[in-house]
Amino acid sequence: MKEVKNILLVGVGGQGTILASRILTAGLIEAGYDVKMSEIHGMSQRGGSVSTQVRFGEKVDAPIIGKGQADVIVAFEKMEALRALPYLKKEGKMVVNDFEIPSMPILSGAAVYPEGILEELSANANVLAVKAAEIAEGLGNPKAMNIVLLGALVKAMNVEGIDWEKAVRENVKKGFEELNIKAFNAGYAL
Amino acid sequence: MKVIMTGNEAVARGAYEAGLVFASAYPGTPSTEILETLAQYKDALYSEWAPNEKVALEAAIGASVAGVRSLAAMKHVGVNVAADPLFTFAYTGVTGGVILVSADDPGMHSSQNEQDNRNYATAARLLMLEPSDSQEAKDMTMLGFELSEKFNTPVLLRMTTRVCHSKSLVELGERKEVAPVPYVKNIKKYVATPANGKVMRADMVGRLHDMEEYACTAEINKPEYNGTKVGVISSGIAYQYAREVFGEDASYLKLGMTFPMPMKLLKEFASKVDKVYVVEEMDPYIENHLKMAGIECTGKEIIPEFDELNVDIVHEAVTGEKAETIEVEKEAVLRPPTLCAGCPHRGFFYALSKKKNLIITGDIGCYTLGSAPPLSALDTTFCMGASISTGHGASKALERIGSDMKVVSILGDSTFFHSGVTSLMDAVYNKGTNVSVILDNRITGMTGHQENPGSGFTLMGEPATEVDIPALCVALGMKKENIYVVNPNILEEVDKALDEAMAKDEPTVIISKWPCILKKYSQEDKDNFDLSAKKCVVDQEKCKKCKVCVGVACPAIRAGENVEIDALSCTGCGVCAQACPFDAIKEVR
Repeated sequence: MKEVKNILLVGVGGQGTILASRILTAGLIEAGYDVKMSEIHGMSQRGGSVSTQVRFGEKVDAPIIGKGQADVIVAFEKMEALRALPYLKKEGKMVVNDFEIPSMPILSGAAVYPEGILEELSANANVLAVKAAEIAEGLGNPKAMNIVLLGALVKAMNVEGIDWEKAVRENVKKGFEELNIKAFNAGYAL
Repeated sequence: MKVIMTGNEAVARGAYEAGLVFASAYPGTPSTEILETLAQYKDALYSEWAPNEKVALEAAIGASVAGVRSLAAMKHVGVNVAADPLFTFAYTGVTGGVILVSADDPGMHSSQNEQDNRNYATAARLLMLEPSDSQEAKDMTMLGFELSEKFNTPVLLRMTTRVCHSKSLVELGERKEVAPVPYVKNIKKYVATPANGKVMRADMVGRLHDMEEYACTAEINKPEYNGTKVGVISSGIAYQYAREVFGEDASYLKLGMTFPMPMKLLKEFASKVDKVYVVEEMDPYIENHLKMAGIECTGKEIIPEFDELNVDIVHEAVTGEKAETIEVEKEAVLRPPTLCAGCPHRGFFYALSKKKNLIITGDIGCYTLGSAPPLSALDTTFCMGASISTGHGASKALERIGSDMKVVSILGDSTFFHSGVTSLMDAVYNKGTNVSVILDNRITGMTGHQENPGSGFTLMGEPATEVDIPALCVALGMKKENIYVVNPNILEEVDKALDEAMAKDEPTVIISKWPCILKKYSQEDKDNFDLSAKKCVVDQEKCKKCKVCVGVACPAIRAGENVEIDALSCTGCGVCAQACPFDAIKEVR
């Protein structure tokens, strides 16, 4: 079987997973991989759980990732990491943003945000916890959190020979290139 | 050159390269980006948003009659709206080639049902193509126009969410102009009177025979023989899953054209393998064709008949083995979609949620989220435009049985234009008493901000004359004093309008007017609404932690030990400040 790598990006609608995955696929295509990427639009984007799936290799068939198949998962929100865990390969890696967004059942008091997620995940899987919001704020713009996480993801993917700075530069809003490259590098350096 | 594209972008690219001249659609997930992409080719072709899918298809039919290639795109349930012209159009056939894109939504990511629109191909007798990735989406769009003209039939290009919204690499080509067919008056072809219709119907049956012959030898239905043990028959995205599960040792019959079904080819393929699997999402569509022909196969007895498939599900169905996963005890709390912080629907729903003894009939749009707790201010949702008509029926029934319950019907501006206008006409003419509420957020919100007849711009970016909703209500026969226009961010205003309207025994309309918080504001929006940047903050000394503010269901409000408002997401709409009984939330600029 041809080797295909599976990357899963999960978060909450509005966190910028789509931009991060766009940069990711741009870099992979530039490096000559066959790439398929899948995302969901519409109602689920309104503050709901969102996921983007990226698969790359010599030839890719299905655009979505099955349970126990993800080589790397990057979770933009902690509880979403917990939700996505069944998709991780036993030997896979997980990059988790140490950042909480309570969902409506929690806000309305019908449920409680689970405590100790990072500890539980770390005890069972290969987890890198990232304080991406603080890092992005330190760089001057908390909204660059998604690109910090992208940097950490790319590091965890362990693929060589891709000009990521170029991919970032060509896909972010004009005027924000340098900030985002800094954010990417900060994430990569973790 | 190869570029990465979604299936939707690839359909648009294919149509552009195939010399498309006219396209129309009503936005609907997962189909919306087809027309948004076509609009980018505005130097080469014309595209527009229609107020609904029936209008979109009828306009595409008109363009075909006039001699050019045309396309209409819609989500699966949109085809229900367009079904009336569709069935007769299959009788008349085409002049310029026509493709109807149906974007189905298995798993209901953003829909009210998951109907399998392959059944429309059988019911209306439409040549059907089913791409399984973006390259095929482009290629089959181009082929579809050729087949439409060759067989004199509209073509159903059936996509699903994962084909529409997955990206994969696509080879680009140049646009080839197609000479328009000069107009020839042909009453027998296009006037579907009973007498002409009977002749058309017989013709159509003949065309089906030719199409089936084509399907048996078509390149897009080519079998791939890898062994005689297992043969897999599949189509669309399900083929990609099957390919991963069955691997290189199985033989495949991947069907790109699935109506008319290539029966001879199916029989031949089945005869060459020991065991036939049918892997398809949703209905047993291919399977039923096989079984009717007496071909043994394994399909829905192992593959689920509902929800979206994926590699896991197919793998487990075929092998009985579950995927190996990492298990932990903790469970994530659900995260359903919610109205955004600053959404203008919130204020209206919050005020409405306080009213008692009423039925609230709803509709399709972001405001369907008003049904979620803690607002829980929506009792029904069926289809586009149904709020006012179901509300009218409910109010008439309540009146008949002597109930004093009231009915409030809620829909958005775009949904009102889609098919709410005729419902309101019914309610007004037949003296209904339900309160019709139009949540006018100045755009088509849920599908990602498409222009509509009330927004002042066309799909191609031209300024246009807006529909004047209050004037339209008057034209439908409503009294001016029964039409209320309110700012939904001012709860008192909403409350007063609701009380007055509910007390009347005449048709009433409340127009709740404020632009969608995510919208790119037009000059008109900036002129008419105070959209300056504001935030709300909690005065911790005044806050009694009663958590009444949590009831407005705003994702920016965090009620832990203290109640806090997330400054990043708060837009300062002020609804929570008005809800607070202790005056503990302040607006700051």
